[in-house]
Formats: sequence, C-alpha cells, structure tokens
Amino acid sequence: MEQVLSPHDARLLEGLRAGDEAAFVALMREYGAGMLRVAMMYVSSRAVAEEVVQEAWLGVLRGIGRFEGRSSLKTWLFRIVANTAKTRGMRESRSIPFSSLGDDTGGEPTVDPDRFLGSGERFPGHWAVPPQAWAPEGRLLSQETIDVIEREIDRLPAAQRAVITMRDVQGFTSEEVCNALDLSETNQRVLLHRARAKVRGALEEYMR
Amino acid sequence: MRLERELACQEVVELVTAYLEDSLSPEDRERFEEHLVFCDGCQNYLAQMRDTIAATGRVPPGALPAGLEERLLEAFRGWRAS
Repeated sequence: MEQVLSPHDARLLEGLRAGDEAAFVALMREYGAGMLRVAMMYVSSRAVAEEVVQEAWLGVLRGIGRFEGRSSLKTWLFRIVANTAKTRGMRESRSIPFSSLGDDTGGEPTVDPDRFLGSGERFPGHWAVPPQAWAPEGRLLSQETIDVIEREIDRLPAAQRAVITMRDVQGFTSEEVCNALDLSETNQRVLLHRARAKVRGALEEYMR
Repeated sequence: MRLERELACQEVVELVTAYLEDSLSPEDRERFEEHLVFCDGCQNYLAQMRDTIAATGRVPPGALPAGLEERLLEAFRGWRAS
C-alpha cells in the first residue's frame, strides 16, 4: 500500500519513536482537544472522555512501532481515540448507539422555515427574508469572529462538533473523517452541513 | 428531456455542503447552479457558507484541560522510561 505520510508527519513520527518530548507535545497540542471532542461522541461525561483520551494516547505510544503510515498520522490518532471511546461507551452501556448518531442527521431544516415564503404564496420555498451580503473582510477576520465560532461549536451536539472540528478546524478531508470515525459519506456530510449551518447562523447574528 | 421543476431556495440551502463537496449528481449540480444565477439570496447564502468555512479554519485547535495535559505528559515519560 502507498505511503501517505507527509514530511511533517514523518518528522513527528520519527521524533515520537525516538522518545522526543517536543514531538509528543506538538502532537498533543495540535490534536488533543479535537480527540477529546471525538471521545465525547461516545461517552457520557467529560471526565470519562478525558480518561478515554489518556488511554488512547497510551495506545498510540504502544502502537507507534507498528504504525505503517497507510493513513495520515492524524487519521490514525483519531481512529484510535474513536475506537477506544466506542469500547468504553459500550462498557458504560451508555454508549450512544450508532443509529442515534443518525438522529442528528434527521431531516430538520437548517434554516428557519419562517425565512421562506409559505405554500400559499406565489413562490413557495423562496426567500422571504434573504441573507444580506456581509460587509467585506475586516470583521470576519477579527478575534471576535473566532470567539463567536468557538462558542457556537461548543454548543453543537457532540457528533456535529467532532465532525466540524475535524473538517474545518483541523483540515481533515471527508475521506479521512469517514475513515477515522467509521461514518458513511452521507452521514459525515449531513453532520458537517448541520454544524456549518449553525455556525453560519451565529455569524449572521454577529455580522448584523 | 428535463421536466423537473426548479429548485426552491429552501432546498438550495440544504444542498450547499453537498455542492461544495462535489457530491451532487450532474443534474442536481446543474439545477443548483441555474438557481444561483438569478437568486441573490442564495448567492449570499453560499458566499456566507464559504466565509464561514474559511473563518472556522482560523480557529485554533483548542487547549486541553491543564490536568489532562499533565497526565498525558506523565504517561509519555512513563512510556519512554519503560
């Protein structure tokens, strides 16, 4: 199988194998918080999720010698935390069964139906209150915008929060997310869409 | 032959991520793009979703709770010593 490790990953991997603490800290700071969000998808509390992350990192360190680079390093890390959390969730028997992650993907509209014309109108389903163009640049680049986004992400249901974190904060591809979390492409996309739509909504409020 | 009705805005907004992920069928992609040509509201919506994605990309990865970071470091040092 093809080696897909980036030079950056390869360096970190080499450092980790050599016991270099700086490499470990770099990885932990880059992906630790995202891994915690993934753990929260499957277990009932923050405290258990933290234990899962710790257990997962131990698994990473023990398995580092066997890691062959068939996936990116981050996909491997997230796969380990997801599997550790699933196992733990099952033991807790409070695991969120996979189908209920699917509830998150239900057909609820992501934009307030009141913003569209009703069925009695001439153009049903067309904008009654269309989004206004956001003032160019400036504000979107502000620290406040980042804060608004972070707050909104924190409020999302766990699966949406994990997926938007991986895709849009950490830059995973959809394939990498599906692979790490064992999600179908459709589920992944719906979770991402719902998450992005809510973040957009929060930004629309803020930009007003 | 194309008899499907046009997309309504309410449908378009639900297709934005599929559009951006390039997972619409060629027919749906065409209908989506045709709709955008005459709809400022949906053009704005799509632009805002793109802006949202770009802005989310500037969010830092987030810090671990301090206690957890320390426990992980200890675990690392323990592993290294073993």
